[in-house]
Parts: sequence; structure tokens; C-alpha cells
Amino acid sequence: MTEMTVLNPIHRALGAKMVDFGGWDMPISYGSQIEEHHAVRTDAGMFDVSHMTVVDLRGVRVREFLRQLLANSVDKLKVSGKALYSCMLNAEGGVIDDLIVYFLEDDYFRLVVNAATRDKDLAWIRQHAARFGVQVEHHPELAMIAVQGPHARAKAASLWPAELAARALALKPFSATREGALFIARTGYTGEDGFEITLLGTEAAAFWRRLQDAGVQPCGLGARDTLRLEAGMNLYGQDMDERTTPFEAGLAWTVSIDAGRDFIGRAALERQQRDGVPRQMIGLVLDEKGVLRHGQRVHTTQGVGEILSGTFAPTLGKAVAFARIPAGDPGAVSVDIRGRQLAARVVRYPFVRNGQACAGI
Amino acid sequence: MSEIPGDLKFLKSHEWARLEDDGLVRVGISEHAQSQLGDLVYVELPGVGDTVTVGNACAVVESVKAASDVYTPVSGTVVEVNEALTDKPETINEDSYGEGWIFAVKPSNPEDMEALLDPDAYAELLDEEDAH
Repeated sequence: MTEMTVLNPIHRALGAKMVDFGGWDMPISYGSQIEEHHAVRTDAGMFDVSHMTVVDLRGVRVREFLRQLLANSVDKLKVSGKALYSCMLNAEGGVIDDLIVYFLEDDYFRLVVNAATRDKDLAWIRQHAARFGVQVEHHPELAMIAVQGPHARAKAASLWPAELAARALALKPFSATREGALFIARTGYTGEDGFEITLLGTEAAAFWRRLQDAGVQPCGLGARDTLRLEAGMNLYGQDMDERTTPFEAGLAWTVSIDAGRDFIGRAALERQQRDGVPRQMIGLVLDEKGVLRHGQRVHTTQGVGEILSGTFAPTLGKAVAFARIPAGDPGAVSVDIRGRQLAARVVRYPFVRNGQACAGI
Repeated sequence: MSEIPGDLKFLKSHEWARLEDDGLVRVGISEHAQSQLGDLVYVELPGVGDTVTVGNACAVVESVKAASDVYTPVSGTVVEVNEALTDKPETINEDSYGEGWIFAVKPSNPEDMEALLDPDAYAELLDEEDAH
């Protein structure tokens, strides 16, 4: 069964090219994917991300539950509305999903998890929540629109009443504010400033149209993918999954091995730390003509690896990628593109931040 | 659906061929193919002088989304390639049947053209694909 967001009729009316994305019928682009990409880097674009799964957790022991469920530490969340990016691991340290957790009240947190992993995530969360008496509420009635770009916040805020607009514009990065069911977070998946706005599905179409009237460019999942890869952000299922630990996916910075917190997967991660992490994720740039793509073989002095996410990066005018390769100094790296060995440069990512190529890219 | 020029013939794999007055066959990809691929970012051209055989992949067009082989609709020798595509691959998106041509072949077997789809048959093929 293909699932559709409430905005599906709008995408079709706008002439979007639709694709199946993890069981959802979603727009890949409305015209030129590259123009949509540039709209977000230079002005403002919007994405229907209503397929994402919103899960509310309620209970007096919810923080205690999240200390166990997540590899990052929710104790970093001290102010209501603050958000944290984390992996949710299995006992072997494999990544079940990556997510954002919001601290709202002492007995109320919100998770936003991926669409394609919804069912297994909900089952896993419910299984572990039971012991803490935490209620797990999935909210399929909510829609989500990400408005991203240097002018995104101003354009979105222009549509809200003055008090709410002021509150939204005062948000620090990675924090959120609420007004009834409306949930405004200064977060995103593009490397640009902006909001991710959760609202009732019944109100999403009207809000989308008002954003369009305010000059926000509808953008598809194609641009979302090139934007997030330029921004150095992982995609679940492509860059990591249950067979990779966060250490092998460039996500060590999201793991908090803090004293006395026994989160699921911790023992396995500590074992891996002690024995050595066998694989690493690196960033690659291809200076020659060609496009790095998922599945291409990567040759290093440490052995063979493969391209995870790879694409043409419209901001840079050349291809970039994440690759997973054996641990150690990779030396000179080449990528097998249709039988040709092309030299690739190992770089630190993000590749692009706030509209500009990062140093060394 | 935009008009398909009447002087073109097609492969099922969405390449077009145009027999020109000087006997050369110019080759590109169809409007439908470019629209399916989306924004093109890289074209790998054949070499001038290459011998090509019907059904052989002899060029590659890459969009942000995917890489796609370009098959030659006729056998012969490559006598021209569209070097302008190296810097402006998006020309194929903008004018797939004109400035977006990819290479030209001096055909070794003139009958090859007769085996190709005419514009009506190609349009029908696209309708069938749409129905799926």
C-alpha cells in the first residue's frame, strides 16, 4: 500500500514528478531539481516532510526512559523546547534509526523519526517504554513542512500573528516553540537556517499555499538529498543501518559515553572502542568530471570500501560522497566509475555551510 | 507531451536519430528521456573515429539522479561529437532534439534507419509506458 501525505494533491497539481520513497508517494522535483537546490541555498524553499513520524512520549519517568533508549544524552536538554540529534541503537550497537528528540515538559518529550523505519521504531520504543510506564503516542494526523534557506525564517514568520512570529524568530538553533498543535522548530536537513513546522494535517494545504504566495519555492526530495549531503548529514539506510555502529558512520559526536548511563548498545560500543573500530566513514570530492554514486567501489591503501551517499553537488559543481572504508590512513583514494579508476580527494565535511563551499573543498 | 519532430527515428531505449542531407546520422536522447533523467550534469562522449555498432552503448549521460547509457541507433564511424555538452550538459534538457545532439555517425549500413521507430510508433511506446 502506497501512503500519501495530505499535501499529495498539491504536489500533483503543481506538476511534480512523483516517486516511491520508502512506501510513500512523494515529489522528487517540481521542475528543475538544481533550481530548487539553489533556491534553498540563496533564498527560501519548502519541503513536504509529512511522511516523517512524530512520536510523543509522556510519563513521569520519560527522561529516565530516554537515557536508556538513546545513545546521545537527553541530560543535555535543560530548557523546554530544546532539541537533540541522536541515534537509537540495538544491543549490538547497530543503528535502528537516527532521530531528533525535543524536551517539552518534565513528563513530555517528542521524537521525530524516519518514515521508512516507522513500524520497527514504534515497536522498539513501545517495547522499552513499557518498563518505565511511558505512554507512546504516534501522531499521523500531523503534517510537517520544512522551510529552509537564508530568507526562510522571515518568510514563514510573516504568516504568523505578531506575538508568535516574534517568538519563532527568537528561537535559537535546535530549539522549538509551540502554539496549540502548531510546533515550530529551528531545525533542518539542508545546512541552511530555517524552520521545520509541524501542524495539523487539516491546516497544511492552506499554509503551504500561503508560503508559496510569500515566495517560498516548493522543493522535492531530490533537492533535499543534494542539500543534506552537501551539508554533511547522514541518510538512514544509505549511510548507516543496523549493521553499522555510530563510530563507523561518522556519528561518534552524537554518542555520549557519560558516567553511569546504561543506554542500549553502550556495552557493544565500548567493546568496539577498546578493540578498535574496523571501518570509518570519510568524505570524498571528485575533481574530475563524473558523478560519485551509491555502491561504487572505493580503493584505499587500507583496502576496498564503497560509496554510501554520492551525488553531483550543485553548489560546488562537482561530485561529493560519503564512503565507508577500512580504518587507518586511506592514502591515495580512487573510485571505480564504470570501469575507470578516478582519483578522489579525502576531505573533512560538511562540504557546504550557509550557502558557501567549506574551506578545503 | 511536446511535439516530436517528424524527421526523427527512435530506439526503444529513447535515443533519436536524424538522417541529414550529407548522409550523416545525428544522435541524441529524446525529450521524454531528458525529462525522466532530470537535470543533466555530465556527458561522456564517444571518441571521433570510434567504430560503433547498433545497440552498443557509446556515450553516457548523467543527471543528478542517475547515469544512463546512450545506445547508437545506427552502425558506423563517429565523425562528430558535441563538445559543447562538456561544459553545458544542461543543453540536452533545454533542447534535446536540437542543440542537445550528442554525436554524429557516418553510417556503414543505411538500412539501420529503417529498423527504427517513426515518431508515431515512438509516441505510442511512450503512451504504453505511461499506462504502466
